[in-house]
Amino acid sequence: MGAKTGSSPPVAPPPASSATALFPSINALKLKTKQQELLIRVSILALVYVLAFAIRLFSVLRYESMIHEFDPYFNYRTTLFLTEKGFYEFWNWFDSESWYPLGRIIGGTLYPGLMVTAALIYWTLHFLRFAVHIREVCVLTAPFFASNTTIVAYFFGKEIWDSGAGLVAAALIAICPGYISRSVAGSYDNEGVAIFALLLTFYLFVKAVNTGSLAWALASAFGYFYMVSAWGGYVFIINLVPLYVLVLLVTGRYSMRLYVAYNCMYVLGMLLAMQIRFVGFQHVQSGEHMAAMGVFFLLQVFYFLDWVKFTLNDPKLFYSFLRIALTCAISVGSLALGVGMATGYISPWTGRFYSLLDPTYAKDHIPIIASVSEHQPTAWSSFMFDFHILLFLFPAGLYFCFKRLSDATIFIVMYGLTSMYFAGVMVRLILVAAPAVCLISSIAVSATLKNLTMLIRAKNNATPMGSSKGTASLKASAKASSFDQPLPYQRNVAIALLLGAFYLLSRYAIHCTWVTSEAYSSPSIVLAARGAHGGRVIFDDYREAYFWLRKNTPADAKIMSWWDYGYQITAMGNRTVIVDNNTWNNTHIATVGRAMSSYEDEAYDIMKSLDVDYVLVVFGGVTGYSSDDINKFLWMVRIGGGVFPVIKEPEYLVNGEYRVDKGAAPKMLNCLMYKLSYYRFGEVTTEYGKPPGYDRARGVEIGNKDVKLEYLEEAFTTSNWIIRIYKVKPPKNRW
Amino acid sequence: MAKMLFLPLLILLLIPFECESFSAENPTDRRLLVLVDDLAIRSSHSLFFKFFESRGYVLEYRLADDPKLALQRYGHYLYDGLVIFSPSVQRFGGSLDQAAVLDFVDAGHDLILAADSYASDLIRGIASECGVDFDEDPDAVVIDHVGYAVSEIDGEHTLIAADDFIQSDVILGEKKIEAPVLFRGIGHSVNPASTLVLKVLSASPSAYSASPKAKLSTPSITGSTIALVSVVQARNNARMLISGSLDLFSNRFLRSGVVKAGSLNKHEKSGNEQFVTEISKWVFHERGHLKAVNVTHHRVAELAEPAMYRINDDLEYSIEIYEWSGSSWKPYVADDVQVQFYMMSPYVLKSLSTDLKGLYFTSFKVPDVYGVFQFKVEYQRLGYTSLSLSKQIPVRPFRHNEYERFIPAAFPYYGASFSTMAGFFIFTIVYLYNK
Repeated sequence: MGAKTGSSPPVAPPPASSATALFPSINALKLKTKQQELLIRVSILALVYVLAFAIRLFSVLRYESMIHEFDPYFNYRTTLFLTEKGFYEFWNWFDSESWYPLGRIIGGTLYPGLMVTAALIYWTLHFLRFAVHIREVCVLTAPFFASNTTIVAYFFGKEIWDSGAGLVAAALIAICPGYISRSVAGSYDNEGVAIFALLLTFYLFVKAVNTGSLAWALASAFGYFYMVSAWGGYVFIINLVPLYVLVLLVTGRYSMRLYVAYNCMYVLGMLLAMQIRFVGFQHVQSGEHMAAMGVFFLLQVFYFLDWVKFTLNDPKLFYSFLRIALTCAISVGSLALGVGMATGYISPWTGRFYSLLDPTYAKDHIPIIASVSEHQPTAWSSFMFDFHILLFLFPAGLYFCFKRLSDATIFIVMYGLTSMYFAGVMVRLILVAAPAVCLISSIAVSATLKNLTMLIRAKNNATPMGSSKGTASLKASAKASSFDQPLPYQRNVAIALLLGAFYLLSRYAIHCTWVTSEAYSSPSIVLAARGAHGGRVIFDDYREAYFWLRKNTPADAKIMSWWDYGYQITAMGNRTVIVDNNTWNNTHIATVGRAMSSYEDEAYDIMKSLDVDYVLVVFGGVTGYSSDDINKFLWMVRIGGGVFPVIKEPEYLVNGEYRVDKGAAPKMLNCLMYKLSYYRFGEVTTEYGKPPGYDRARGVEIGNKDVKLEYLEEAFTTSNWIIRIYKVKPPKNRW
Repeated sequence: MAKMLFLPLLILLLIPFECESFSAENPTDRRLLVLVDDLAIRSSHSLFFKFFESRGYVLEYRLADDPKLALQRYGHYLYDGLVIFSPSVQRFGGSLDQAAVLDFVDAGHDLILAADSYASDLIRGIASECGVDFDEDPDAVVIDHVGYAVSEIDGEHTLIAADDFIQSDVILGEKKIEAPVLFRGIGHSVNPASTLVLKVLSASPSAYSASPKAKLSTPSITGSTIALVSVVQARNNARMLISGSLDLFSNRFLRSGVVKAGSLNKHEKSGNEQFVTEISKWVFHERGHLKAVNVTHHRVAELAEPAMYRINDDLEYSIEIYEWSGSSWKPYVADDVQVQFYMMSPYVLKSLSTDLKGLYFTSFKVPDVYGVFQFKVEYQRLGYTSLSLSKQIPVRPFRHNEYERFIPAAFPYYGASFSTMAGFFIFTIVYLYNK
């Protein structure tokens, strides 16, 4: 790079570095430096925008344009309903096909943001005469919003550091695996749009705090509204923002800007959030939202005291007033809180919230929350997997933030630290931490690269660039020039370090691409494995089974399965289910768990009382698919036993050990789930050189090979035995 | 030539009769297959058979081991009812076996099964599949030293005068059976696991089941737990009659007089004829067969049936119930028909009013609970076919615009918000323009 481009921030995100290399030829045009910079910046952003979208299309290339996993099927079904029947029908939708016979008020128990967004995109496209199917819109919603997130990340980075950091942040977040895992094409889930909304709200709020502008605060309130409409994770915002305000108050950084930003954002955001039916009065009544309200009142007290101090103009008098005022405020506040709690007006914290603060809480108290795999505490390896080099760029970025503390950097530091903690508690919250980690890392990358390139350039030019206009990099350049004289081999070391940084960043890009294509693009409803000859084997059993249900069972048939498959059965099979992934009624789920873990005759009575026509189990013994119902079975026992004490977990274990072979507990060998999974499995040879009835998922020969069913009969088993469907027989005719 | 034309015409004319067999609309059986050990039974039980023929049944007599026996052809049953008067047959001929007989029943057809002492395992097997267990001792017969029928030849008291009938007008007819029923044969017990078997004729408390020749050990069944004749009404309303005595149906027993031991009352004629006549009317659905039709429900003041109700809707429910009289459907009259509005448990349970012409109706308010409900009518009465109807209907909560718009209790809130707005407006003006 020549001297003429000196004032442009040296930005080199790995995928865009080649793009910057194209431009030095224009350096003859002195006057257009600013325009060049703008051009480079815009083109980098555009490339990052495209990259963020493109990398998420691996899943479509590898499989097909389809909805992934579990929850997205519900979102897809509701979006379909919304586009077909319109908004009011959607808003008032009472779904009689799930949670039979209780039903579910869908319109009042979901976050409609995602569906409304997808429907709006769909209607816009149709208005523009693009006749796309709603499924394609749903599949591509998450990548589209991931692209938008990169833009927000750029502006956010620019706000907290400089535009260089913004560009790096955009590039990092575009391919960060922690974010990709939840936003690949087909992953049509709330998080897909919620991370965009989250980052947007934070950005707008920081902007409002920085400028003290009512307009930005209003914008952040609307950002918050969108976030509330999209995801339950908005609770993070409504707790982080007051915490941030509190920290600013404590550190003596209170300002009128903060007062305006927070008050406007809180009051308007609250009013807007209460318009979402699922939130409603929770926003002023539930424990999770009390912090925000408390800080709101605290700010008023603070402002009032400030005013009194100003009018009194007498320190002694003011201190006595302060003492009285504080005592009154605290006692009134705690009294209100106590009365609210005691009368039940303020609801206590929910189990999910508790389990965030105390990771062991769910395990002891709410098995249904602990049973969800994405609620497990995070393993170290998945941090490495999801963040790669960001993991050690993060502390470096924190160092830079602390070196240049401002209202904005305090915010990002707090966001980074709290979300890192939550990511450690629950594996799926890595997603929330991803933007913060990317932003803070981008500060580290950007600042380091800037320092290094300045060192190199300072040697190159006899005159150190005193003309540097980079407003934010003044301090950095000053520091760089202070290194100028004394160090030997300074330039070579700088070049080596720069190369090292490029190497690391390119490793990051390679890692992200590899992770995305290998790990995060699986729809989990279609399974792929390597065959004996290295070819890809596709197990499409789920869709086979759901299609069978759709075509071969009566329209009002009730299907009992473990709740994991509820959404898929209603969306793809179009049949009524007893329980589904919206785990709102623990007793109902426990009833199903009890049926699955009882003997067949007891289970029959339970199934009759729920009018069950078919039972669906997922079985991986033939294919070696490990997340099947037998491996989930202990959770069914636990959840069932939590409500019905007749189900006792030790009866299914042998010396605390869970096994399905000959040494298994007798109750285990004869419970409904075991029988349904292993019915006629004893006749099958699954692997060469193993006895018949060899379970490949658990690597044992099963203990009860002669399973007889009395009250159910096999109706359908998919080609790889992954899904088995049984019909509940009518009562015996002559008895 | 005229003859050749006549034949198709005859067939054409006969078609209605061919079709007039068991159906939902006409539940009385028409075509019966009678399986006998030897054709002498046809004459020794002719009174019993004559009763059927006189009522329009078509009877076909076959030896039980006839190699051409078949109950169905091309997937259709050839008969509506089966009378097995062959207690000693070891194996049926043709394609008939125990499973085929049970399938015949499970397809909704009726069965009369008469065993006797030395009943074969086949007969016992069919009975036990229907919930009736004959005494396992092959020599055992029912003996009653108190309630026997006085006769010259029987010194072992195996000819019993039984008069412990089930109390049901539907099964045994309205006319009370005055004379005791003569019975000679084996006893059975009702399997306690079965809920569908009814003991129609029970032995007296002094009876027991044992071999009269062997030395008496503890009898396996005693007293009034011994059933002599039982009926089963399966869940698909197929009816079965199981008797431990073939002689019960014989001309000799039907004609003979009876004197019960210790009783001075001498009956000129035993109760057998009335008993077997009435009970076979019941078995072949000439009596006690109900049907429910035209289940309707709708909101009050509407006619169309909605796909979904709203909580607190007022609705009307009606159903028509008819009873088969043997030749036509007559309105069924009762005051104990109830409808449930059911979701895991009945939220509403109401007795239906009737207009005495078969229509039952009621109206009620949908409970303040949403969910998937069912209109359930579970009508099970002794002797009648069971009515078990359920109709699923979802109940939804209020829509957003179905709530009351302006309620007086909210006036303070309206006032508060509008006064705040006005106050803020005035304050702004004062603050901005009042220097």
